[in-house]
Amino acid sequence: MLIEQDKMENLADAMVAAEVKGRSPWVDARKRFFNNKAAVAGLIVLICVGLFAFLGGYFAKFSNDEIDFMVIGQVAQLGGPSISSGHYFGTDDLGRDMFARVVQGTQISLMVGVVGAAIAVIAGTLYGATAGYVGGRIDNIMMRIVDILMAIPYMFVLILLLVIFGRSISMLFIGIGLLSWLEMSRIVRGQTLTLKNKEFIEAAQATGVSSFKIITRHIVPNLLGVVAVYATLLVPLMILTESFISFLGLGVQEPLTSWGALISEGAGTMQYGTLWQLVFPLFFFVITLFGFYFVGDGLRDALDPKDR
Amino acid sequence: MLNYIIKRLAIAVPTILVLIVFSFLLMHAAPGGPFTAERAVPPEILANLEAKYGLDQPLYMQIWTYIKNVVFHFDFGPSFTYKDRTVNEIIAQGFPITLTYGSVAFVFAVIVGVSLGVTAAIFHNSWLDYLAVGISIGAQVLPNFVMAPILVLIFTLWLGWLPGGGWENGEVKFLIMPVIALSTSFMASIARIMRSSMLEVMNANHIRTARAKGLPTRQIIFRHALKPAMLPVVSYLGPAFVSMITGSVVIDMFFSTGGIGLFFVNAALNRDYSVMMGITILIGVLTILFNLVVDIIYAWIDPKIRY
Repeated sequence: MLIEQDKMENLADAMVAAEVKGRSPWVDARKRFFNNKAAVAGLIVLICVGLFAFLGGYFAKFSNDEIDFMVIGQVAQLGGPSISSGHYFGTDDLGRDMFARVVQGTQISLMVGVVGAAIAVIAGTLYGATAGYVGGRIDNIMMRIVDILMAIPYMFVLILLLVIFGRSISMLFIGIGLLSWLEMSRIVRGQTLTLKNKEFIEAAQATGVSSFKIITRHIVPNLLGVVAVYATLLVPLMILTESFISFLGLGVQEPLTSWGALISEGAGTMQYGTLWQLVFPLFFFVITLFGFYFVGDGLRDALDPKDR
Repeated sequence: MLNYIIKRLAIAVPTILVLIVFSFLLMHAAPGGPFTAERAVPPEILANLEAKYGLDQPLYMQIWTYIKNVVFHFDFGPSFTYKDRTVNEIIAQGFPITLTYGSVAFVFAVIVGVSLGVTAAIFHNSWLDYLAVGISIGAQVLPNFVMAPILVLIFTLWLGWLPGGGWENGEVKFLIMPVIALSTSFMASIARIMRSSMLEVMNANHIRTARAKGLPTRQIIFRHALKPAMLPVVSYLGPAFVSMITGSVVIDMFFSTGGIGLFFVNAALNRDYSVMMGITILIGVLTILFNLVVDIIYAWIDPKIRY
């Protein structure tokens, strides 16, 4: 009997502990996210693509700008994907190793996506939070500016920017980021409007914290959920934009390359029977976009318990 | 309603001006002028050339002249690369082509997308629903520059059914692939939006009432559910229009349709600033007008909007 009572006490202790520990919204969200099969699959795909981008270079037998003179001129016959020749993904029409080039393209496309999204998120969050927190006429003017900028066909302006300031990769980063913070700033402003009437903001104001500090220390951290979801969905958009521009030959320039440039090259040479030039970059492009969409959707569902 | 339209126009006009001034300043900030060629031109001749194109005047005068020409005479000036052609001629040549396949693609995307979405919502959780959802998720990662090579690969290189490019005054077989390549991802988005909003509307009270009254399903869908469910789709049409115009650049490049996008990319590669600006401004104005039309349609459909 004594032992039984002991067990019961343990159980009661455990239950109290569990209740005290509680369930934070983040733990909840994580659980919901990992219950979502599509999101987990997307995450795994993204991790694999990331590993491919970082480690793929060590497996390549050729560098990305090395020309294999054995296959040049007969790429359609000799340049196909094979393990024995060391060209796992074949070669392009200049005899360069496709595996090395796809690794490089993946690195650049992912980098453009992440950096572009980061710039957009930082600019959009600060702008939106400021407009929402300050309010009044300044808010009105700031949002009117966003309205005006939104009506501008930004892809054309981006190409204009690239042509004028040179087609460098840093310009591409900045241009893509700077032109896509608008939607972000709107979402953040809306959230800030509801946040700024909360008691903790009032308390901060009463104790004399400066507006800038309230925005960066108290408002922005509370926006992280929305921002995280939006950023995840923004990365594939950035990748799409970069690929679009590189497909037109206006983005990343040789010897650098990206998925868009590789797809464009592959599409240009597919009639000569070198299909592998199109298939491999296309495959990585498509699975990565899928991955980001599923992870973004999963995050949104996980962080928003109402919307299920 | 008239007030609302006037108010929207009052925002549209400064937007267009900002666009013109912004692209003009960008062009002005560009390193190297249009006459910096490989072969250096003697300074006297350069001065003559600049005088001819009005480049020797102060900046604000140049902007004013440009705006005046664009707004009052609809004249975008001469091309900087082709001495014998003006920007207007280039637009007049390319724009009708873009407009033709663009509007066909737009209508196609809306009709197919809406019907796909409605079908999926009505037969919720059936194989039809899964098929529609599958198509719309798949098509999301198939933007125009991915669709175009895939279509050419299948229908031109493997099956040999359709020509791989060209225009021939918009003959149907030259139109099919550009339209499909351009519209697929938008069709998918429209289908997804339509499906979720239709699902929501079908659970609304007024639909339950209609069912309780014993109305036939067809009448419930077409008379009571479709209109409110269309609202999110209507608000998506503005962004879709912009992306479609952007996408037409790829179509023009890939299928050699000879639309405005080809001129834009060539201008970008040749630093032909006046052509780039002309096309950017034209498309900006179209975008703004289209958004205006969409907003008016939205206000007209949705009785909750008060202007």
